[in-house]
Parts: sequence; structure tokens; C-alpha cells
Amino acid sequence: MQFRLTDDQIMIGDTASAFLSEVSSIQAVRNIMTTERGYDEAVWNRIVGEMGWTGTHIPELFGGLSLGYIELIIILEQMGKHLLCSPFFSSVCLAQNTVLIAGTESQKSKYLGRLAKGETGTLAYSSGGNRWDSTAVNAIFEKKQDDFILNGEYSLVADGHTADLLVVAAREYQGSRLGLFMINSNQDGVIKKWQPSLDQTRRQASVELKAVRTPLNSILGEAESSAERLNAILNLATIGIAADQVGGAQKALDLAVAFSLDRIQFGRKIGSFQAIKHKAAEMMLRVESARSALYYAACIADQVLKGEADYEQLKEAASIAKAYCSDAYFFVTGSAIQIHGGVGFTEEYDIQLYFKRAKSTETFLGSAIWHRDQLAKLLLDV
Amino acid sequence: MRLTFDKSDERFREEVASWLNEKLSGEFSKIKYRGGPGDENAFIDERKSWEATLADGGWIGIGWPIEFGGRGASIERQVIFHEEYARAGGPGRIGHIGETLLGPTLYEFGTRSQCERFLPGILEGREFWCQGYSEPNAGSDLANIKTKAVFDQSTNRWLLTGQKVWTSLAQESDYSFVVARTNPESSLHKGLGFFLVKLQQPGIEIRPIRQMTGTAEFNEIFFNEAVCNAENVVGPPEEGWKVAMGLLGFERGISTLGQQMLFQNEFDAVVSLAKENGSAKIPELRTRIAEAHIGLKIMRYNIMRVLSGFSDAGELQPAALISKLYWAKWHRNLGKLAMDVMGPEGEFLIDTPYELGRLQSLFLFTRADTIYGGTNQIQRNIIAERALKMPREPRG
Ligand SMILES: Cc1cc2nc3c(=O)[nH]c(=O)nc-3n(C[C@H](O)[C@H](O)[C@H](O)COP(=O)(O)OP(=O)(O)OC[C@H]3O[C@@H](n4cnc5c(N)ncnc54)[C@H](O)[C@@H]3O)c2cc1C
Repeated sequence: MQFRLTDDQIMIGDTASAFLSEVSSIQAVRNIMTTERGYDEAVWNRIVGEMGWTGTHIPELFGGLSLGYIELIIILEQMGKHLLCSPFFSSVCLAQNTVLIAGTESQKSKYLGRLAKGETGTLAYSSGGNRWDSTAVNAIFEKKQDDFILNGEYSLVADGHTADLLVVAAREYQGSRLGLFMINSNQDGVIKKWQPSLDQTRRQASVELKAVRTPLNSILGEAESSAERLNAILNLATIGIAADQVGGAQKALDLAVAFSLDRIQFGRKIGSFQAIKHKAAEMMLRVESARSALYYAACIADQVLKGEADYEQLKEAASIAKAYCSDAYFFVTGSAIQIHGGVGFTEEYDIQLYFKRAKSTETFLGSAIWHRDQLAKLLLDV
Repeated sequence: MRLTFDKSDERFREEVASWLNEKLSGEFSKIKYRGGPGDENAFIDERKSWEATLADGGWIGIGWPIEFGGRGASIERQVIFHEEYARAGGPGRIGHIGETLLGPTLYEFGTRSQCERFLPGILEGREFWCQGYSEPNAGSDLANIKTKAVFDQSTNRWLLTGQKVWTSLAQESDYSFVVARTNPESSLHKGLGFFLVKLQQPGIEIRPIRQMTGTAEFNEIFFNEAVCNAENVVGPPEEGWKVAMGLLGFERGISTLGQQMLFQNEFDAVVSLAKENGSAKIPELRTRIAEAHIGLKIMRYNIMRVLSGFSDAGELQPAALISKLYWAKWHRNLGKLAMDVMGPEGEFLIDTPYELGRLQSLFLFTRADTIYGGTNQIQRNIIAERALKMPREPRG
């Protein structure tokens, strides 16, 4: 057991932080976050080409770097810290993980290289409502001669309006099986629409499939085991969101402490008041504990991808991380606004951006409430 | 970063588990799961002989360096030991203060002969220690210590006069380490000495203090020219504060590991009760149980992080600074949760005059967790000042 980052992993984090400070300054974030696309293509090209991050955990065999999930988590943590506006999460944590977990070897070699080289992708599975596992799938597939026909509606699809490749989940018409299909997002019958959201730094979209025709070989793996696999994919992605939350929470704490050492009232730095110090201490307790939960889950995810841990362990670790990190991010950003006083409520100060990202990442892939419910079932109902 | 233990460590785990399984039977089966926080004065004699049994097996001080009689066990193995100890229902350790606080302090700050004199008694489970820090006017403000130590040239001994309070298990201990003022002109952390004091002597009176639990685990100690030989002062007589703080560093490190591992057993008891009595169907309790589960797992991950970084971290890392505040709050919440899961049954005493069940003790005793070893408020000051570099508290 060595539950701390290796020197190489620390270096990956430092490199990521330096690069993101350059390309995702707060001004850059503010510029890009009001556009419909929601990300800067030039930055995306550098992430893909210069940094190679889109190949982080893809095996070399399929054109990636063969690093692990821990390395990926370290990068995502930095992205959260810098509020990066990017289809990175959707392409890597959703699309790539889906191919890795559900695809056949030939599908992996067909798609992973493309995704590593910068085609964007995402996963559409839920038709809405507060459900974040395979039970949320309502879309329908039906086999007709040499094709599948897909019908359905999806909501809250991360970057769904811009993704090149679209993986969609659907249930078999009059059957119980669930299928994951790789479709081209520009094909006939695919209707995508940006869903403008409270948090402007992350993009959500609705996707509608109207009698979309897709060849038989577009189904990833076999339909038989897809529900279980879909849940594993969602759990891997959930850990990716938790990483974003930890990075953002750390930054919000740093901003609040720095502000408290700058702002003078009653002839003292407000950071010298115990009420503020104790609030900051509680914030740090949550940030550090969130980080522990995240790194643990990252290790489990890494083991799962290497065949050394099972999906049950993954589910538990992901729910623990997401429940805790969601609450922590919200608590820390809320407290940070309070420490800022009036300026914390302004558009001009950055803390509000973190506060909103805390809320959107909390909701996405299951809130703390939802994940605690999952854990309660594991603990109490078996 | 990796979580898995290697094969030889897993064999070590089996060794620990089977040893505990074999020994925690017969005369010792009745002390399984006993003697934890809130239950510390249960089965004192049996638990003392359990200490000797542990010592025979070579299980005391496994993390100590080999040259001081330990096994030099890696952090991994210490974690494994504590995990298995908790799993087996190993009783609360009476020798805990000697093993995890005084021992490491002695081999870090003591002389060769102090180590030779005192470490074997700890390792052999023969001599038990208590911590004489707090005084009526020196609680959170520990440096305000008034107990004084006067050097008697003619006998080469120190004479201690004053009062300590809240000293846990003093009535069952052989020795106390005592922080006392050697320089009457000094104030705060200057001019303090760190003394190793024998408790069985005419100059010392120990009076148990009854707690809200009805039991009396902590005590007042009155010193009236109590004797401590000059060779039993650790570090220079005016620089005992450094030693005292070094000891608190160990307290924040590995010493509470065993205690925290025992929390799993308490949590499991709450979960099985909830399943048994139907509480597991009440939405709010379900949520709180899930929350406690999350909290407990993360406590373990925090510990693993602290321990993995310990070897090369000069300064305590962030995860170490939050650890006391974290577990104290978690444990106190568990106490309340346990009562809420019990429902009305939680009101009934097991027996008169004031015999409590396990979860009732947990409920009451965990109110102390956020006080001893540095209150939650003091912990927050420490975190804010040391980790976040915020301004220090002004003194009155
Ligand atoms: C069960 C138990 C076992 C114990 N065992 C031992 C033992 O074996 N050996 C030993 O030496 N001691 C022991 N103690 C004593 C313990 O360490 C002290 O109780 C603790 O340090 C608090 O000191 P106090 O009780 O004097 O409270 P005080 O210091 O008077 O604190 C009272 C309140 O004021 C708050 N406060 C104080 N200073 C500040 C500040 N600067 N900022 C904000 N708030 C502040 C505290 O947080 C607390 O809420 C034990 C205590 C308990 C309850």
C-alpha cells in the first residue's frame, strides 16, 4: 500500500496546473462560457496534440499513453481548479470509458484512437428525472433487417450538442435487454439542442432520436450485459466529476483564505477573527477528506480497468466519493461567498463561478442525496 | 499510488488474525469488544494480563525501531495489525499511552538509560502509563501549567507540588509523565520540564472523578513534594515543552489508529440494530447511516494518506492536521445516531445504580471526544494557523 501520489503523478499535476493557468485563465473562462459551443477549439487542439491528455488512460495498443485512471483523475482535478470549459470530461470519462468497458476489441481499435486524436464524444442515456443509473434509460431500440432503429429523448447530455461521436443507451423494444450504440451525431434523425444552464462553464444538451437507423455492428459489445456495464461506465465517470469537485473546492478555499488575509475590518485582517478561521478550518477538513475519498475511488477505478477490482467495489467507492465531494464542494464554495461578504455576491468576483459549478457537478451523475440512498440500499437492504 | 498490500503483508495479516483468534478465547473471551472508550475501566485485571499476553506474542510496539525492542514494522503492517485487532474484537488497550505516546517520545528525546529503564516495561505489558498534562487552569491553554518542580541538590531529586486533573486511568497506572514548571520565574512554554513520575509514593494522591457515564475513568492527581529522580527528566529541565509537543505529534500520527479502527465495530453494531428493530426502514435514519458509513470510510482513507506520507514529511501534512477534528465529530455523531436507532429503548438502564449498555455508553462518552486531546475549537485554531497560515490568536 502506498496511498500517496508518486513523483511522476505529482509532476503530471504540476504540468497540468501550469498549462491550464495559461489556457484557462479566469478571463478566458469568462469569454468562452457565454458561447453556445462552450469551449475554445484552439485550446482543445492543444490539449489533444500538445498535452496528449485525451490518450491518458487509453492502452498504447489503441493509440493512447497507457497511463492509469489515477493520472486521469489528477488532470481532471486541475481542470476543476481552473474551471476549464471543455468537452474533455464527456469525451474521456463518458465516451472513451464506454468503449473501454463495453466495446469489443475491434470496436476499441476503431474508436479509441479517434477519440484520443481529438474527435469529441459523449454518452446519452437518461431521459431526465433524478435517476443516474441504467434504470434511467427509456429510449428504445428495435432490430429491423440489417439495422437497428433508435427512438427516444435524452436530457442533460454532457456536450451533447457538439460531440462528434455519440454513444446512446436504449432498451430493446418489447424486451429486457439494454444496448449501447455508437452513432454519428450528424446523421439523420439526431436532433441536438443546447440546454443553457445555471453553471455556464459546463455544457448540457438534449438529444432526440427519431427513427435513427444504425448498422448492426454499431452496438457496443453484446446487448446481454449492457446494464451492468453502463452502471460501471457511469461510476467511472462519477469519479471523474468528483475530481473536478475536489479541484474546485481547493481553489475556492484558497480564494477565501487569500481574501481574508487581505480584507481589513475593525483595524484587523478579517482572517484573524476566529469565526472566519474556524470556518476556513472546516472548509479545509472537507477539502482534504474529499481528496482522500477521490484518490481512493481513483485507485479502485484503476484496479477495475486492470481487472483487479470488481464493479461492486467501484460502485461503493464512486458513491462515497460523489456524495462526499458534492457536499464538500457546495459547503466550501458557500462558505467562501460568506467570507467574501458583499463582493462575494457580485458577478465580478470569481467565487460565484465555483459556487455554480459546485451545484451543477453535484446534480450531474447523482447528488449526494441520491448516492447516499444507493449506499443505504447496499448497507441496509441486503 | 496503490491500495493493495503485497503478498508478504497478506501473510502477515493471516498470522495476526490467527494469533488473535487463538488467544482471544477461554479466559479472554469475556473481554472481547470491551474496554473501549466509555468502557475503559471494565475488566482491568483481565485486560492487564491480556497486555502481557500481547507482549509474549511480540505484538506491543511493533512499529518501534528494532534497536529499541520493536519490530520496525512498516506502516502497512501496523495498519494491518490494527485492522485485524479490531476485527477480532480485541479489547481496549490499557497499555496504549505507554506504547503509542511515551515510548516513541523516549526513543526520540530520551537518553539511552531512560530507554533501557522504561521501554522494556512497556513492551512487556508490565508497566502502565498515564498522561499528566492538564491542570485546573491549564486545559486548552496547556502552557499555563502551575505544578512546580523544585530541584533538591542534596538528594539529586526533583520535588513536584501541584495538581493535575482529568488524568485518564491514573488509578490503574504505574507511572505518569508530568509536565511541571522548573523555573518559577518563567511563564508559558518556557521553563517547563518533562518528568517521569512513579505514582505509588507518599507525595501523590489520586482521586477518581465520576463522569456523566457513572464511571470514573479519569482522576485528579495531587502532588505534594512528590519525588522524581534527576535521571528521569526527559530533555533539559527547562525545555520540556519541546518534548511535550513532540509527544502530541505522535498523538496526531499513528496513536489513534487503533482506536479509530474500533469504530467500525461500533458502526456495525448500529447497522445490525437498525436492521433488527426496523429503523433501517426510516428514511432519515437510512440517510444518516449512509452518511456515517461514508464518514467512516473516508476516515480510513484519511489515515491511509497520513500514514503513507509520514515517512518523508517533516511537517505534518494537511490530512494529519484535520484528523482529530474529523474523527471526534464523526464519533460524536455516531453516538447520537446510535441512540436514535435505538429509539425509546435507549432510555432504559441495563441495571441500577447506573449501568449502561454499549450504545448508551457510546452516546455519552463521545461527548468527551470533542474535548480531550485538544477541543474542536483548538483543533480549528491549529488547522487555520498551521495549515492555512492565518493569524494566530491573541493572548489576553
Ligand atoms: C474523558 C477525558 C479524558 C481526559 N484525559 C486526559 C489525560 O489523560 N491527561 C490529560 O492531561 N488531560 C486529559 N483530559 C483533559 C483534556 O485534555 C482537557 O479537558 C482539554 O484540553 C480542554 O481543557 P479544559 O477542560 O480545561 O477546557 P477549557 O480549555 O477551559 O475549554 C472550555 C471551552 O473553551 C473553549 N476554548 C478554550 N480556549 C479556546 C480558544 N483559544 N479558542 C476558542 N475556544 C477556546 C474550548 O474549546 C471549550 O469549548 C481529558 C479530558 C476528558 C474529557
